[in-house]
Amino acid sequence: MKKYDVVTTISYPKKGAMGKTGNWRVFKPILDKKKCVKCLRCWIYCPEATIIRNKDDSVDIDYEYCKGCGICANVCKVKAITLEREGKRK
Amino acid sequence: MSTVMIDTGNYIAAKAAVMTKPDVVAAYPITPQTTLVEGIANYEASGEFKGEYICVESEHSAMAACIGASATGVRTFTGTSSHGLLLMHEMLHWAALARLPVVMCNINRVVGPGWNIWADENDSISQRDTGWIQFYCSSNQEIFDTVIQSFKIAEHDKVQLPVMINYNAFILSHTSMPVNVPDQREIDKFLPKRKPKWKLDVKNPITFGNIILPAAYEKVRKDMQDSQEYAKKLIPEISKEWKKQFGRYHGDLLELYKCDGADYILLSMGAIGAESKVAINNLRKEGIKIGLARIRCFRPFPQEEILKLSKKSDLIVIDRNISVGMEGAVFTEVKGSLYGKSDAKVYGFIAGLGGKDTTYEDIIKMCKKVVNGKAKNLEWFGIEGV
Repeated sequence: MKKYDVVTTISYPKKGAMGKTGNWRVFKPILDKKKCVKCLRCWIYCPEATIIRNKDDSVDIDYEYCKGCGICANVCKVKAITLEREGKRK
Repeated sequence: MSTVMIDTGNYIAAKAAVMTKPDVVAAYPITPQTTLVEGIANYEASGEFKGEYICVESEHSAMAACIGASATGVRTFTGTSSHGLLLMHEMLHWAALARLPVVMCNINRVVGPGWNIWADENDSISQRDTGWIQFYCSSNQEIFDTVIQSFKIAEHDKVQLPVMINYNAFILSHTSMPVNVPDQREIDKFLPKRKPKWKLDVKNPITFGNIILPAAYEKVRKDMQDSQEYAKKLIPEISKEWKKQFGRYHGDLLELYKCDGADYILLSMGAIGAESKVAINNLRKEGIKIGLARIRCFRPFPQEEILKLSKKSDLIVIDRNISVGMEGAVFTEVKGSLYGKSDAKVYGFIAGLGGKDTTYEDIIKMCKKVVNGKAKNLEWFGIEGV
């Protein structure tokens, strides 16, 4: 943390600067790895950079920060991502 | 070597602004500020102003452009008046809360309707709570000196707040007076280049004006207040430093004139403040013990100094503004400064609204009404048909 003489609103980029935004989520994206064709559209479109791209171009979802906007599910060509309501009884 | 320049308040302000070497000037013309920005445009054409001149489509954009530029760490200047200032209102808050040292001249003009372009201080008084430091000038020399001093105050590490330099429409903005203009090297010595503690920089990215939670926001507001309090101490120091280097002094937060042994002290500002000196000289000749405390700085407000004056004198306040539903803004704040700590009587006058001429003779009449015990608590001076 850098020290200044006055107080104002500046934030330096770091992971989770706003806290664990994953708990804002209403709908949770669930990835079916068997359907995934590694096209990376979800990785490109995710506005929060919470799609983790692995070395083999397979993807995982960072649930600590995913806000559940559903864009990934929307852009997925093979419908490998579905949205499930949080807290739903299994 | 210094030179003498005989010119109007606006052209003098333009000269001063260019001598502070701003990197960005963004402005939109409005009567009676037009010749100020025209003056800066002339300096750009002649090559004397080397910064970026941004012609914008409104005053809101002018202030937004100054905010953006200032956030990148450079020096910025603008000017406006009346309705232009009011259109900036949202951005005025933004500049102050973001702690950006934008410096601006505001030429005090009536707010319409009825449409009127003359002197009246309601425009800047209504921007009182935006967090800006506010100066009110009484002569073209004071405009020149205050513009340069303002950058040093605004950019001080412990202040970092924008500064508004106010002067009355036409009475100063369009009236020529001789002004001593120091050598550029002397100005550079007094006012070094801005050194920001943070800035928007692609090599070191930051988010600016981001979301903060309630407890943190409260700290931001408290810190603005602390910085205004700090400015109360800094402004007299800057005045002293200026006097030492250039030999001129216009006062600290207040300019005191013949206040020693005064039974009454008159408080006024702007052009009426200058006229008040003539009135004081005349009243003193008649044997009335009266002095003048011209309010040079309205924000931060000189509470402590006014309280000190009230220990020995009753106070007379002239406002060229009206907080409708209450009274003159300066009148309210003067009384607030004394509350519970002084028994002085305070008399308020509203005068010169709509640019109505307020001469030293009028000021003498107001003061005599108080001295003769005939003044009511609040008077509208010389209002027609009432």
